[in-house]
Amino acid sequence: MWKSIDYNLCMKQPKVLKTRLKNGLTVVLKEVRVAPVVSWWVWYRVGSRYERPGVTGISHWVEHMMFKGTRAFPASVGDRMIARDGGFRNALTWIDWTAYFETMPAEKIDFALRLEADRMRRAIFPPKEVESERTVIIAERQMNENEPSFRLGEEVQAAAFRVHPYHHEVIGDMADLHTMTRDDLYGHYLNYYAPNNAIAVAVGDFDAREMLARIEALFGKYKAVDLPKPLARPEPEQRGERRLRVTGEGETAYLQIAYHAPSANDPDFFPMAVLDSILAGASSFNMFGGGGTSNRSSRLYRAVVQTGLAANVGGGLSPTVDPYLYTLYATVRAGKTPEIVEQAIEAEIDRVRTEPVSQAELDKAIKQAKAMFAYSAESVTNQGFWLGFTEILGDYRWFETYLPRLSAVTVADIQRVAQRYLSSNHRVVGVYVPEKAG
Amino acid sequence: MAKKSTPSLPGPETITRHELANGIVVLARENFSSPSVVIDADLRAGALWHGRDVAGLADFTGSALMRGTERLAFNEIYEQIESVGASLSVSAGTHTSGFYAKSLAEDLDLMLGLASDALRRPVFPEHEVERLRGEILTRLQITANDTRDRALEAFYELAYPGHPYSIVEEGYPETVKALTRQQLIDFHKTHFGPRGMVVVVVGAVPASQAVELVARHFGDWANPAQPDAPTLPALEPITGPRRTHVALPGKAQADIVLGVPGPARNHPQFLSARLANNILGVFGMGGRIGHQVREKNGLAYYAASNLSGGYGPGPWYAYAGVNPSNIEKAVGLMQREIKRFLARKVTPDEISDNKAQFIGRLPLGLETNEGVASTISSMELFDLGLDYLLRFPAMFNAITRDDILTAARTFLSAEDYVLATAGP
Repeated sequence: MWKSIDYNLCMKQPKVLKTRLKNGLTVVLKEVRVAPVVSWWVWYRVGSRYERPGVTGISHWVEHMMFKGTRAFPASVGDRMIARDGGFRNALTWIDWTAYFETMPAEKIDFALRLEADRMRRAIFPPKEVESERTVIIAERQMNENEPSFRLGEEVQAAAFRVHPYHHEVIGDMADLHTMTRDDLYGHYLNYYAPNNAIAVAVGDFDAREMLARIEALFGKYKAVDLPKPLARPEPEQRGERRLRVTGEGETAYLQIAYHAPSANDPDFFPMAVLDSILAGASSFNMFGGGGTSNRSSRLYRAVVQTGLAANVGGGLSPTVDPYLYTLYATVRAGKTPEIVEQAIEAEIDRVRTEPVSQAELDKAIKQAKAMFAYSAESVTNQGFWLGFTEILGDYRWFETYLPRLSAVTVADIQRVAQRYLSSNHRVVGVYVPEKAG
Repeated sequence: MAKKSTPSLPGPETITRHELANGIVVLARENFSSPSVVIDADLRAGALWHGRDVAGLADFTGSALMRGTERLAFNEIYEQIESVGASLSVSAGTHTSGFYAKSLAEDLDLMLGLASDALRRPVFPEHEVERLRGEILTRLQITANDTRDRALEAFYELAYPGHPYSIVEEGYPETVKALTRQQLIDFHKTHFGPRGMVVVVVGAVPASQAVELVARHFGDWANPAQPDAPTLPALEPITGPRRTHVALPGKAQADIVLGVPGPARNHPQFLSARLANNILGVFGMGGRIGHQVREKNGLAYYAASNLSGGYGPGPWYAYAGVNPSNIEKAVGLMQREIKRFLARKVTPDEISDNKAQFIGRLPLGLETNEGVASTISSMELFDLGLDYLLRFPAMFNAITRDDILTAARTFLSAEDYVLATAGP
């Protein structure tokens, strides 16, 4: 049934088995025999970047509807069986993808395989449940809106992308949440939930060949479908700083500075990751379970937190299919202004653009990444996440070769990407100002 | 193919327990499947040892311990930690303070050395104390604008009047502003010590070496002044509904907290109450409460219940985040579910599903070093015994539907409760 088997021999054990079924379903399997558990994921290449105005938020809403059951697996049965078996499950929707997972005791995982296979094409979307979920999702958006940093981030993202569909938040605009129909949702589901648009990932205590045979038996029955033409609307180069101001309740001011960043498959992504580590602290690879480092020795921490201007500072660089954003964010300390914090950050950006970082700083960033990488392998759920996520980017080996590619970064590379990407012409500066102060 | 090695549940055979001469209990469990190590340490000091007039003192002191020691300045401490991709944090709660570290196994000695410096030889540099004060005040400002935090804070005020649990651990702007550096120094000097301290080390380090390293860094610590834990005052019984609303204009969503003081971890009915809580507001998508409030009525993104346990009578409450116009409807549904829970026994299916969930998920909870460390720590802190996990399935399976009803009726009530909301 499978066309090719590709054992990745360049990395340490355990091996990963990657193959593609005839119907286009990509399968990535990794045996990890440390604990009697399995994490099982199905990833779809659909997320908020696949949405047009009028149906923003539809990918996320479809994700919610996937928990409303199929004929064979009514909603209550799925929840009940997985909880009963001591597992946990969830789903995630992001700009580039939607993912579903169940992590369960190894001997119980077959139920999750059958459930995901069934709901790939057979979810029901009962009209009554669509309406009940509409208010749940509106409540979810209102929960986000309660946070000033969400409201600021939404405006910054929209200002950064005038053309590209990375423009809107995954949750969608309130206007669309009120007007989307059941047909819109079901149509989106049928368009994108298909074997040739999906990646199945399992990590844990199983025999890879048996697992592959089981996946083939369950998913092989679906035919590949004609996928909608991708929305190809690249963002034109930004030619001049954009600034915005959001006001609202509370007493705390926030600052976000977003620069256009390279995509995950751009070789510049790796020096950017090191630059982020030096400026704003090392990023953890742990979406599930602990394991990171603090951010109290980074350049920006010393510049704005240690000087008493901000209560915290951080940076965010995400691996994405198209170029996305590198965002610096700070919570302004009581009695200080966003402008002072911005000036201090700006001085650090200038420094990293004009002076090479030290070799010691580069070495530290690599060492930190090595530790983060070691921690990331400790939970099967986390490994399943990274294998699927990076397969969406093109190949799971993106993750497995991350360290060697990071280790190849030079001091000169870092200065070059700082000069190229951290230009004031390529950024959006947003501030949240409490009404009392504004 | 990797060799199959299914680890057994941690128990007396696989956990090394050693008591140092100064009273510190060290527990170590080896796990060589990844190159990391976790340290989870608790000691008997916290907000319980001070009054409301100095609210935030323990928290401020705990956070300040990492801001400079006799040997190292703030920058040096964090340069050492972060250069090896480790994390180390010291914090203070109500009943305990402690530290938590994660690093590569080869850095265990470094982590214990830094933790020992912080706990035993802090110097509270003046400028660092002031900087920290500013950070705490900003956090309090953010909390003051958060509907979830404000609803919970209001709940604690009404559920625990005059009790230490009603005091916010981080303090209040006026108390944090007034705390002096000398108060931090004195609080540390008097209350931080080895008596009652528990250090758990889990990871790729031989157990004997873990014990030896803890002994090297903490074995000669002494503090004869360290006081006993204060006795918790009796709780004032809740009679009738107590309700409050915190107005936060400009918010899109309101938060609801509805509940009562619950059982301590060592209460004989704790496990029955825990099972009851799981059925009421956890199982699947938020148990019966989640089913009604979210699934059937679409009122909330989150609706569930929580049972704290802990050293004292931590709360047992239902909670939800809803549109402000739906507060009454959601509260009505939550109260209806609690009433129904108190009126009759749970179904045979419910008890069987929920027991299966607790027992079935043991391996998942023990997959990581963090999970194992936290479990071993609970066994020791609450005197559950190192064979607790081995006994757990039988103990848990013995709980009956009557036990659940009795536990629910002992703590929950449809008439006597606290309802706190926060929103526009």
